[in-house]
Amino acid sequence: MSINTDMAVRVTAITQVAESVKRFRFERLDGKPFPVFPGGAHVVVAWKDGGMIRRNPYSLMSAPGDTSAYEISVLRVEKSRGGSAFLHEKVKLGDTLSLSQPVDLFPIDQRGRKHIFMAGGIGITPFMAMMDQLSKLNQNFELHYAVRTRTHGAYWQELTERYGAHRVKIYCDAEKLFIPTEPLLGAQPLGTHLYVCGPGGMIDGVLGTARKLGWPEENLHSERFLAPPPGAPFTVKLTRSNKTVEVAEHQSILEAVEAAGVDAPFMCRGGACGQCETNVTACDGEILHHDHYLPQADKASGKKIMICVSRIKGKEITLDL
Amino acid sequence: MNIKFKQETFRDDFSFQNSPEAIRRFPFPFHEDKYMYSVNMEPHVPGSKGHAYETLIDVDEHYISEMADRAKVLKEDPLRCQALPHMMQAQWDTLELLMEQMAEGYPDLFTLTRQADQWHWINRPLNIDQKFTFGDVTTLPCEPMEYITRQSQGDFCIVDQRDNNLWMDAGIATTQADWSLDFDIGMNFMEWHGPVPLAHQMGVFERALKFLLNLQQGKPVRRLNWTMTINPRLDTSPENYHKWGSDRMTVTPENVGQKVHLRCELQSLWRLPRSNAILFVIRCYLLKMGELVEVPKWGRRFPRVLKSLPPELVDYKGLTRFRDMTVEWLSKYDDGKPTSPGIYPD
Ligand SMILES: Cc1cc2nc3c(=O)[nH]c(=O)nc-3n(C[C@H](O)[C@H](O)[C@H](O)COP(=O)(O)OP(=O)(O)OC[C@H]3O[C@@H](n4cnc5c(N)ncnc54)[C@H](O)[C@@H]3O)c2cc1C
Ligand code: FES
Repeated sequence: MSINTDMAVRVTAITQVAESVKRFRFERLDGKPFPVFPGGAHVVVAWKDGGMIRRNPYSLMSAPGDTSAYEISVLRVEKSRGGSAFLHEKVKLGDTLSLSQPVDLFPIDQRGRKHIFMAGGIGITPFMAMMDQLSKLNQNFELHYAVRTRTHGAYWQELTERYGAHRVKIYCDAEKLFIPTEPLLGAQPLGTHLYVCGPGGMIDGVLGTARKLGWPEENLHSERFLAPPPGAPFTVKLTRSNKTVEVAEHQSILEAVEAAGVDAPFMCRGGACGQCETNVTACDGEILHHDHYLPQADKASGKKIMICVSRIKGKEITLDL
Repeated sequence: MNIKFKQETFRDDFSFQNSPEAIRRFPFPFHEDKYMYSVNMEPHVPGSKGHAYETLIDVDEHYISEMADRAKVLKEDPLRCQALPHMMQAQWDTLELLMEQMAEGYPDLFTLTRQADQWHWINRPLNIDQKFTFGDVTTLPCEPMEYITRQSQGDFCIVDQRDNNLWMDAGIATTQADWSLDFDIGMNFMEWHGPVPLAHQMGVFERALKFLLNLQQGKPVRRLNWTMTINPRLDTSPENYHKWGSDRMTVTPENVGQKVHLRCELQSLWRLPRSNAILFVIRCYLLKMGELVEVPKWGRRFPRVLKSLPPELVDYKGLTRFRDMTVEWLSKYDDGKPTSPGIYPD
C-alpha cells in the first residue's frame, strides 16, 4: 500500500532558540496548506546527505491549527554523526526537504479533566503544540519543565509569559531545582492525565513514581525520542526481495534495507508505533530488542523484530521482507 | 456531474429503485466467483468516473430521499445519534472533513467558504445556507456531527484511540445492517466485533485493530462489506427488528427480482486531525436482483457466490430463508461462461 503523501517543503526560517537548539520553519513548495495536526504528533523529516537519504522523526511544535507552516526544534546531539548535526550545520534558508504526514503516537486523552506535562530538555517540543491546542479549548493543564541551565532550556521564558507562572514551572539543574515528582503526583484530582517526555531515565523515574502512587495505567502517557543505537555490523538476508544487505555500525536495519532499494513500512523510526514489525525466519545470534512496542513474549520468541531500532549480536539474520 | 435526485421511499410502499447509471456505479463487492471473509482494506483513492469510488464521499441520486428517511428515523428514535462528551473535537473534525470532501467533489451542489473560524456552508440540494463559527457549538442548530451527518449519506462512527484500542464513542446510525449504536456506544474494537463467526479464529480482528491503530492522516482506506435485505429498507436496525424481521417470509419465486436486494456497505476510514480519532463511514448501497442481472457479469457471478457460501455465513448474514430461492431465480442468468476478474462491469 504505497501512496506517497509526503510533502516537499522549503526552509523559511532558522532560529537559534537556546544553546544547541534550533527551530526550523517549513513551508510547502506547492503552496497548499498543511494538514491540521493533533498536539503531540511528529513528522519524519527526510533529506539528502551526500549519497544517502536521512530520515529522522521530529515532534511538531508549532500551533496545531496553523496550516501555513510547520515548525520543529532540534537539539544538536553531542556525538551525532547523523541528522541533528547536519540540520544544525548544513541546512540553510531556502533548502528543500521532505516531510511525512503527521503521526500522533503521544495523543492527548480527550477525557482528561486535567493534564500534567513533564518535560526534560528537548522533550518540551510535543508539549508546545499540546498546550496551544488545550489552551484554545480552555482546558486545564500544567507544565513542569526541567532544564540543565537557563541558557540550555528552550522556550521556558515565552511559555511562562504566555501561560502564566501558575501553569508553567521551570526547574533548573544548575540551580539545584528538580521536579518534586512525588508530592506533585500525590496531590492530583481524579481524572488527571500525566504526560512525560524527556531522557529515558526521567521517563522511567516519573512513571515508576506514578505507579507506586497508584495511578491507573490508562492515565500515564510518555514519548521517548529514541534513535537507533549503534553496534557491531552484521548481515541481513531478505527472503522476499531476495537480497543480502550489510548493516553498518551506525546504521539501523531499516536504513540499510532502504539504502538497498527495498521499501519497508515505517512511521516513527523510534521503536514505538509497530509499523516496521518484521518476521524473523532465522538468526544465528541474539536479537537486541531496543523498541518499546513488542510484548515481552514476542521479544522472547525470537520470531519478530522492529527493524527501525533493533539489531543483532551475531553474524546474520534472515527476515521475511 | 449532473445528478437527477429522486423522490422515493425506503419504507411503506418502498418506491426506491436505481436508474441505469446508478446500477453501473454500484460498488459490487465480489471480485471473483466466491466469497471469503477478509479484512481486504485498500487505499481510499478516487476511482474511475461513473463508479461509487469516483469521489471519496459519494453523493448519488438517492441523496435527498435518504436524508428525509434519516430525519424520520431520528425523530422516532433520537438515540440513533449519540456522542460522548470528550468527542467534541472529533465532531468538528468530522464536520470539516465531510464539508471539504463534498464541496470538492460536487462544487455545483455544495460550497464551503472559510475566513479563519467564520465558515459559510451552502448545500443546494437540501436548500441549506448556514453561517457559523467553527468550534462554537452555539452557532449551529445542533451538535456538529449531527448537523453534517443529517446532510451526508451513510452511517458514521467516530472512534477514539486510547490504550492501544479503539472506542466507539460517537456515531449516527439510521441505515445500519443489524447493529445498534445504542448498544455499542462506549465499547472497544474487540467488544463491538464480538459476534462474527469464523473471523475470530482467523485472527482477523487482531490484525485489523493493529492496522487501524496505525491508520495515517491523509491516507484513508476502504473495504466493502455486504449482506442481503428484503425490500429496500435502509433502517434494518435491531431496535426495529419487529418491523423488518418478518419481511423475509414474504419472498416468493415470483417476486425475488423486485424484493431481494444485495446490500453493500462501502466502509471508509479516516484519521481525524485534531482529535486523532478515526472516522468510520459506512455507506449503504442497495441493488435489486432484477437490477443486478442488468450487468451480465454480475448476473453470472452472484449466484455462484451465493451457492458457495459456508453455512455459518448464510446463517450469520440472515440469508437462510431466501438464499436457495434467490439462487434458483438468478441461475437463469448464469450461462456458465467464465467471468472477468475484478468488481467492475465488463
Ligand atoms: C517520536 C520522536 C520524536 C522526536 N522529536 C524530536 C524533537 O522534537 N527534537 C529533537 O531534537 N529530537 C527529536 N527526536 C529525536 C530525533 O529523531 C533524533 O534521534 C535526534 O535528532 C538525534 O539524531 P542524530 O541524527 O543527530 O543522531 P544519531 O543518533 O547520531 O543519528 C540519528 C540517525 O542517523 C543514523 N546515523 C548516524 N550516523 C550514521 C552513519 N555514519 N551512517 C548511517 N547512518 C547514521 C542513525 O542510525 C540514526 O538513524 C524525536 C524522536 C522520536 C522517535
Ligand atoms: S517504525 Fe515505528 S516501531 Fe519501527
